[in-house]
Amino acid sequence: MKKGGLTAIDGAMALIVLLLIVQIWLLSATLESFLAGHREAAVPGAIVSGILFAACLALYLFVVRIDSEMR
Amino acid sequence: MKWFRKPSSAPLWQDEFPVFTAEERYVSRRQFTKFLTLTSLAMFVGNLWILGRSLLYRAPAYPRQAVAGTDEIAVGGVKIFAYPTANDPCILVRTAADSYVAYSQKCTHLSCAVYYEKETDRLACPCHQGYFSIADGSVLQGPPQRPLPRVALERSGGQLVAVRLEGEGV
Repeated sequence: MKKGGLTAIDGAMALIVLLLIVQIWLLSATLESFLAGHREAAVPGAIVSGILFAACLALYLFVVRIDSEMR
Repeated sequence: MKWFRKPSSAPLWQDEFPVFTAEERYVSRRQFTKFLTLTSLAMFVGNLWILGRSLLYRAPAYPRQAVAGTDEIAVGGVKIFAYPTANDPCILVRTAADSYVAYSQKCTHLSCAVYYEKETDRLACPCHQGYFSIADGSVLQGPPQRPLPRVALERSGGQLVAVRLEGEGV
């Protein structure tokens, strides 16, 4: 049970790292296009970034729950 | 920093640099995940900031400014002028007897001054060999990623009047 829990936590952490890399790229791309005068990219950028953050938060809560169950 | 450490009365530096190896406290998976999630929140806040700036953006009001007489320069000739402020050099090119174009003279790569290359009919940046189309200011070659901002011209009698700058970044 403990090993399975650790695997789940490691998997969630890896997913969060992946989502974070996408989010960092998204922020830099949105900023680049905003500074170039293309303001229409700001709305979809913020929406997608919010979805990615919600996914990270959900994974974090998942990690907290598994961690509590393991202790 | 309280969010990233276990409850402790010892100062933070003692947590991170203890005298004895046995007292070392490693960052747990839960702490690390919390740190990653907060970083994700920071990215989201950054995107919200860009959204706020873009919603609050107001297009600048450009002055009308006479830049040259229609017969002032020969076909293939150029004139350098400043628009919309004295710190914004622009280049006016007479491409045909009845055709004029004007662009910002600052290269969109690293702001070197571009010049008109009559032989190849394009605007060239001497610093890093960037080339722009004389027709629309788009990038033809080289490191620049964005086209040159274009100065919109109107004719008023025998004068060419700059009315606004198009394609300028924020």
